[in-house]
Amino acid sequence: MTTNTAEATHDQQHGMSNAGYIRIAVILAAITGLEVSTYYVDFGVLFLPALLIMMLIKFVMVVSYFMHLKFDNKIFSFLFYAGLILAVGVYAAFLATFKFFIQ
Amino acid sequence: MAIIERPAPTVPALVTPTTTYGLLKRPVSTTGWRSWVFTVDHKKLGIMYGATAMFFFIVGGVEALLIRLQLAAPNGKVLNADLYNQMFTMHATTMVFLFVMPMAAGFANYFVPLQIGARDVAFPRLNAFGFWALLFGGIFLNLAWFLGGAADGGWFMYAPNSGPVFSPSNGVDFWALGLQIAGIASLTGAINLIITVLNMRAPGMTLMKMPIFTWMITVVQFLLLFAVPVITVALFLLSFQRNFGAQFFDVAAGADPLLWQHLFWIFGHPEVYILILPSFGIVSEVLPVFSRKPLFGYPFVVFSGAAIGFVGWGVWAHHMFASGLGPVSVAVFSLTTMAIAVPTGVKIINWTLTMWGGKLWFTTAMKFAIGLIVLFTVGGLSGVTHAVAPSDTQQTDTYYIVAHFHYVLFGGAVLGIFSGFYYWWPKVFGKMLNEKLGSWNFWLMVIGLNLTFGPMHILGLQGQPRRMYQWTEARAGEGFFNLAFWNLVASIGSFVLSVGVLMFLINVWVTARNPKKAPLDPWNARSLEWMTTNPPKEHNFDVIPTVHHLDDFFHQKYEEDSATHTMTQVRTAEEIMAEQERNADKHIHMPSPSYWPIVLAFGLPIITLGLIYSHLISVVGGVIVLFAAYGWALESSTAPDSDFENNTPGSGLDKLAANHD
Amino acid sequence: MTDTTHGHASSTGISNVKLGMWAFLGSECLLFGGLISTYMLYRGRASGGPRPSQIFDIPFTSVSSFVLLMSSLTMVLAVSAAHKDDDRKTNLWLTVTALLGATFVGGQVYEFTAFYKEGLGFSTSLFGSSFYTLTGFHGVHVTVGIIMLMSLVGILKRSSVPGKKSEVVEMIGLYWHFVDIVWIIIFTLVYLIPV
Repeated sequence: MTTNTAEATHDQQHGMSNAGYIRIAVILAAITGLEVSTYYVDFGVLFLPALLIMMLIKFVMVVSYFMHLKFDNKIFSFLFYAGLILAVGVYAAFLATFKFFIQ
Repeated sequence: MAIIERPAPTVPALVTPTTTYGLLKRPVSTTGWRSWVFTVDHKKLGIMYGATAMFFFIVGGVEALLIRLQLAAPNGKVLNADLYNQMFTMHATTMVFLFVMPMAAGFANYFVPLQIGARDVAFPRLNAFGFWALLFGGIFLNLAWFLGGAADGGWFMYAPNSGPVFSPSNGVDFWALGLQIAGIASLTGAINLIITVLNMRAPGMTLMKMPIFTWMITVVQFLLLFAVPVITVALFLLSFQRNFGAQFFDVAAGADPLLWQHLFWIFGHPEVYILILPSFGIVSEVLPVFSRKPLFGYPFVVFSGAAIGFVGWGVWAHHMFASGLGPVSVAVFSLTTMAIAVPTGVKIINWTLTMWGGKLWFTTAMKFAIGLIVLFTVGGLSGVTHAVAPSDTQQTDTYYIVAHFHYVLFGGAVLGIFSGFYYWWPKVFGKMLNEKLGSWNFWLMVIGLNLTFGPMHILGLQGQPRRMYQWTEARAGEGFFNLAFWNLVASIGSFVLSVGVLMFLINVWVTARNPKKAPLDPWNARSLEWMTTNPPKEHNFDVIPTVHHLDDFFHQKYEEDSATHTMTQVRTAEEIMAEQERNADKHIHMPSPSYWPIVLAFGLPIITLGLIYSHLISVVGGVIVLFAAYGWALESSTAPDSDFENNTPGSGLDKLAANHD
Repeated sequence: MTDTTHGHASSTGISNVKLGMWAFLGSECLLFGGLISTYMLYRGRASGGPRPSQIFDIPFTSVSSFVLLMSSLTMVLAVSAAHKDDDRKTNLWLTVTALLGATFVGGQVYEFTAFYKEGLGFSTSLFGSSFYTLTGFHGVHVTVGIIMLMSLVGILKRSSVPGKKSEVVEMIGLYWHFVDIVWIIIFTLVYLIPV
C-alpha cells in the first residue's frame, strides 16, 4: 500500500514542468496534423491502422500526462482502465454480433 | 456495566447556526422528521432505503397477485389485455428496481461502514441524495398509473414495441425517465461505496480481512458503476425516439431492433448479479454464525464473487438466443453462460462445507439462509438448462423461464434479504424479531413459493407462453400436465406466499410493541458491526478498532489455545463495549446534515415531468437542480465549529461543540 | 480535523474525491462507448439523406478539434498554477480553457446548423439521429465543463473555499481532459474514417 504522507508526495509528483506540458501539447498537435493529412493524402492500406494508432497514442498521452495517471497511484489506473477495457470489450463484441468487422 | 441499561444521552435542542458557507443556514435538528429528511447518517438512510423497498415490495406483490388472479381460471376477467400488460411490466420493474436494489442499498448503507470500522461513508451528502433520488424516481415511475396508464412493454421494453407507434400512452416515458432518475441514484451510490471500501477501512483491515458481505457489496457496486451507463444510453435512445423523432428503432428507416436488445441486456445481465450478490453476501455472514464455524474457504468465496462479476459481462446474449443472432454468436454466448455456473457452484460448495460439522442453530435467519442454498440451486439448475442454446430455444418466452428467474430471485435474493432482516434486526432496532412468527413467515413463504413457481416449470415445458393475458380451456390440455390445474395451483400458491409475507409484517408490528430489548450480541456473531450499541451510536464506534484478523470481533471475544485448538471466550460483547466507552475518542468529526441532497433530488422528477408535459416545467426543475448544486458545492461537508458557538446561554450548544470537536 | 474527504486518515492515503472522479470517468467510458457503438452501427444508414462523406467539413472540424486539444494544455497549466498557489495565473488559465471550450461548442453549433441546412436533421435518418446524439452528448459534457470552469473562477475569487483549492482545480481538470479524449476518439472514428 502507499504511504500516508499524501500531501507531500502529491505535490512532489506534480513536478512535470509547464515546459514539459507544452512539449506534450506540441506532439499532440503534430499527431493531429498527421491525422488530418489522411484526408488529403492517400495512405492506402495503412489508412485505417495509422488513424487508429494515432488516435490511441493521443488518447494515452492525454490520460498519462495531462491527467497524470502515469505518475499517480495505480488504483486510479485500475478504476479508469477497468471501465475502458470493459467498454471496448463489450461494445466490440456487440458490434461483432452485427458482423461489423467482417467486410 | 450493562451498556444497554444506560439512558440515551440527551442532546440539547439546537438553534440554527449563525454562520454558514452555503446560501441557507444548515439544518441542525437531531430529533423529529427534520432529523430524517436532512440526515446524512448512513444508518438513517439505510433504514429509509429499507422502508421504501418494503413499500414497493408490497406494491409489486399486489401487482403479482392480480396477475395470478387473472390466470387462475380460464378466460380470466380480472384484467383486460392492456391492463395485464401494464401489470406484468410494472410488477417486474417494481420488484427489480424499486425493491431488491434499494433493499440491498439499505443493507449496504447500514452495514458496510460498520463492518469496515468506519464512521460513515465517503460522501455522506451524496449518499442522502442517492436515497431521495431513488424515492422520487420510484414515485415518478408509478405516477403513470394515474396519468394515462403505466408502461406496458415488459420490464425489458423491447423496441420497436416500445416506440410511439405501438405504445402511444405516456407510460413508457414515465418508465424510461423514472429509471433514469433511479439510475443516477444507483451510480452515485456505487461511487460512494467503492470509495468508502477502498479508503475508509479501519487500520489493519486489509481487503482480505473484510467481511464477505462487504466484499459482495463491493463487487455489486463495480457492476453498477459500469452497467448503469449502458442502460442510460438505451433509455436516452428510447426517449429520443419517442419524444424527439429519432430513428434509432424505426425499422422502416433501416433500424435494427436488436440494438435495443443488446444495450438492454449488456446492462441486464450484470443487473441480475447485482440482484443476487448482496443476498449471497448476507447468507455468507449468517451461515458461519449459526454453524458456529468460520466461513469455509473465504478466499474462494471472495474470488468466486469477483469472478461472477467479471464473467457476468460476457453472457448477455443468452437472453437473445431466439432473436436471430446467428449460430456463431449463439455458440459463443452459450459457452460463456455455461462457464458462469462454475463460480456460483463454488459458493454453494463453500456454504455447504461451512455447515458441515458445525453446531447448527436453526434460527429464522439460518432457515432463510439454508432456504436460499436449496432454492437458489433449483433456480440455478434450470438456468443451466437455458445455457444450452438448443433447449433454450424451446424454453424461451415460456413459463419455464418465469420459473427459473423466480426461483433465483425469490428463492435466492428475497430469502437472503429476509435472512438479513432476522439476523440484523436486533442491531438496527434493538429488538429481536419473534422466532415463532418467524418460523411461520419462513415456512409459509417457502411452501408458497414452491407452490407458485414449481408448477411453472411444467406450464412452460407444456408450452404456456409468457405475457399472455388469458388462457382457454381448449388449450389447457388434459391429464397430469393439464395447464388448468397447474395455473390454479400457482395462483393459490401466490396467496400462500403473500400470507407468508404478511407474517413478516405482523412480526415487525408485534416486535415494535414488545418492550423487551435485545442484547448487544444475541447471536455470538463474528464481524465488527456487532461491536456497537443497539442501535449503534451516531458515530458508530467510540474507538476506531485496529483490526488483526478476519472476523476480528470474534477474535476479540475468543482466544485459541494453540495446543488443543479450542476457542475459549475471554470477553463478552458487553465487556468490549464498556472498555471502548472508557477509552472513547475525544475528537470525533461527523458530517453535518444538509438541505441540498433532497432539494437536488427533488429537481430531477420536475425535469422529467416537464419532458412529458411542458418543457417550461423542465426549466423550473433545471433551475432547482442548478441552485441546489451550487448550494451543495459552496457548503462544507462538516459544519465548521464556529457554527456551534455558544451564543445563547443555556442552549447547550457548548456541549454539542464538544461532541463535534 | 480528520476530514477524510481530503485524503487524511484513509486506508490508501489518497483523496476520496480523486478516487471518486476516476471511478466516475471509468463509468463514463461505458456511456460514450454505447453512443459511439450505436453511431458505428448506424453511420452508413442514411435513408437517402446526406451521407457522412458528403456532409462533413474536415478542415473546419480539424480546427475545432485542435482548439479543444489546446484547451487541455491550458487546463493543465491552470492545475499547475493552482499547485503553486498562483491564484492569478490559475484564474487566467481556467478562463482561457473555458473560452477555448466555448469556441469549440460554438464551432459545433455552427457545424450542426450548416448540416441541418444541407438536409441532415435529427430525424432524417439513422445516421442523423446517431450523429447528433453522440456529438450532442459530447457537446453537453463540454458545456457543463465550461459552466464548472467559470463557476470555479468565481468561487476561487472568494476568500474561503470548502476543501483544498488545487484539488478542486485538478478534479475539474480530470473531467475536462476526459471530455477531450472522448473527442479524440470521435474525431477519428466519426469524421476521419469515410463512409
